[in-house]
Amino acid sequence: MITAENITVARGGKNLITSVDIELRPGCFTVVIGPNGAGKSTLMKVLSGEMRPDNGCVTYHGKDLHNCRPEDLARCRAVLPQATQLAFPFTALEIARMGAVAHGALDPTEQAKKALTRVGLHGFERRPYPSLSGGEQQRVQFARALAQVPAAVTNGVPNALFLDEPTASLDLGHQISVLETARDFAAAGGIVLAILHDLNLAAEFADHLVVLHGGRVIKAGVCADTITDDVIAKVYGIGGAVGRLPAAHMPYVLPQSRHR
Amino acid sequence: MPLRPAIEGDRTHQGIFVLLGLTVLLVMACLISLGVGPTGVGLGDLWSYVTGSSDSLTTQERVILEAVRLPRTALGLLVGAGLAVSGAMMQGLFRNPLADPGIVGVTAGAGLAAVAAIVLGNGILAPLAFLLGSQFLPLMAFFGGLFNTWALYVIATRDGRTSTTALILCGIAIGALAMALMGLLIFMADDRQLRDITFWNLGSLGGATYQRVFSILPFIGAVLIIIPFVARGLDALILGDAAAFHMGIPVQRLKKIVVIAVAAACGSTVAVAGSIGFVGIIVPHLLRQVMGPSHRFLLPGSALGGGALLLIADSVARTVAAPAELPIGVITALFGAPVFLFLLLGRNSISMRDLP
Repeated sequence: MITAENITVARGGKNLITSVDIELRPGCFTVVIGPNGAGKSTLMKVLSGEMRPDNGCVTYHGKDLHNCRPEDLARCRAVLPQATQLAFPFTALEIARMGAVAHGALDPTEQAKKALTRVGLHGFERRPYPSLSGGEQQRVQFARALAQVPAAVTNGVPNALFLDEPTASLDLGHQISVLETARDFAAAGGIVLAILHDLNLAAEFADHLVVLHGGRVIKAGVCADTITDDVIAKVYGIGGAVGRLPAAHMPYVLPQSRHR
Repeated sequence: MPLRPAIEGDRTHQGIFVLLGLTVLLVMACLISLGVGPTGVGLGDLWSYVTGSSDSLTTQERVILEAVRLPRTALGLLVGAGLAVSGAMMQGLFRNPLADPGIVGVTAGAGLAAVAAIVLGNGILAPLAFLLGSQFLPLMAFFGGLFNTWALYVIATRDGRTSTTALILCGIAIGALAMALMGLLIFMADDRQLRDITFWNLGSLGGATYQRVFSILPFIGAVLIIIPFVARGLDALILGDAAAFHMGIPVQRLKKIVVIAVAAACGSTVAVAGSIGFVGIIVPHLLRQVMGPSHRFLLPGSALGGGALLLIADSVARTVAAPAELPIGVITALFGAPVFLFLLLGRNSISMRDLP
């Protein structure tokens, strides 16, 4: 369990996030949505330990995050960043292997190869990273994260996977497959936190949905309670775009149907 | 390390083979450096010296080998290794294949401190000079290099990213400032000091003594020893500060260690051999082409290759215009400047675009 209490981050005299509480439970796929500048990435940086909040504290399984050494943190949580460019031509395998080495794998090369296969990049091992398309690069990074936390649970302690807009440069098929891999990780007892912009994907995959707006949590809960006309109108400024799939009670967002 | 069939995209074997090849090359370069020179003491004499049948050697030949050639070879080895490793580390730190201590003004900082040591060593810095003895010059150069590396990092880096343009422009500015201050010191210098200072500008392994070898040995030795401890961190750092942290690297500590290592390697070599440019850019660049950018092979490879390159360049410098000596900096620049230009304009590497 990863818990953040009363998190506030201020930069340049402005609050990026204000008094945010969030709980990431094992076995739960948590999704954060919100408009640009809502503080989603900041929240993820605080939760991953990359950024120290000005107020509040984050605990990993009861232990204060800032008392954890980076190498210990690296063994229990991996982060998929947004698009990464490289100045040096590592191969896809070498990138994924860095994750396996961070995990402490006995045979990092073999682990890296497995991770690449998991994201559908078998046969891409020797391709230089800069020669790959944006989507392929993103999947190599995903493989690196998976190689870093290959199992959802280690010695009874759940591991965490943080995904910052994992679907950004992917085609529809790979968007689904990346999120399915993450859902499997959660289903196996792991902790998953993803930032998504596509509300329909969020509605389908989230077990727990957090709506962030202006640095505050506006609404949190299951998708049927959070993706509602009220919330979407308030946060994104478009009303009447939310519909319901009658069978599943799953909300969907159709921007074309908004009030004009 | 056990060898097994290579997995696609894994360049471990390549790395090991290149390291073996470089070791052979370095041994050959040492032999050439020991066996070549204007005095006519050749490889045959070296062989009789090594095999112990030294009765056939005259005293003069023995002296040339023991007191002239051997310290010069040892110094060349250390200086070349130090320059190439500091270049490779700096390129990793700045995530930029164009970062070279010579180009971005670190050498200028070390040179300024060295000139200050020469000119002010009898004046206001005399107590310090007395205290540090033979380590005065290398330590001064080290702190000069350290200051410039740190200043460069602080000025040219925004949000953990160092752009090529900012790096080179800041390097030029810092280098120019160092040069101006150096000019001021030269203006104050007397004739003997001027002669000593001229030596920096040319860069040479001439005047190598065992004392110089032993004065830089601890600096270069320390830098070589930390290689295994920073290699993985520098690889991770290529993906960015955040990603390196996510993979368990204590980023700030790593950066401090690397900055100090670069300054130690660069400063101490400047102290004993003046400014010899481009070794730090040619060697890592060529090695990346054959073994990939991973620092676990690139850094030791740079040490071996840098030593070999400098010894060969020095052998050339000693023989082409014998009995006179070409400044070695001229030779390395002749080869290095085109490589730098190629890198700067290269289609498949970095152009003037800003990359993280």
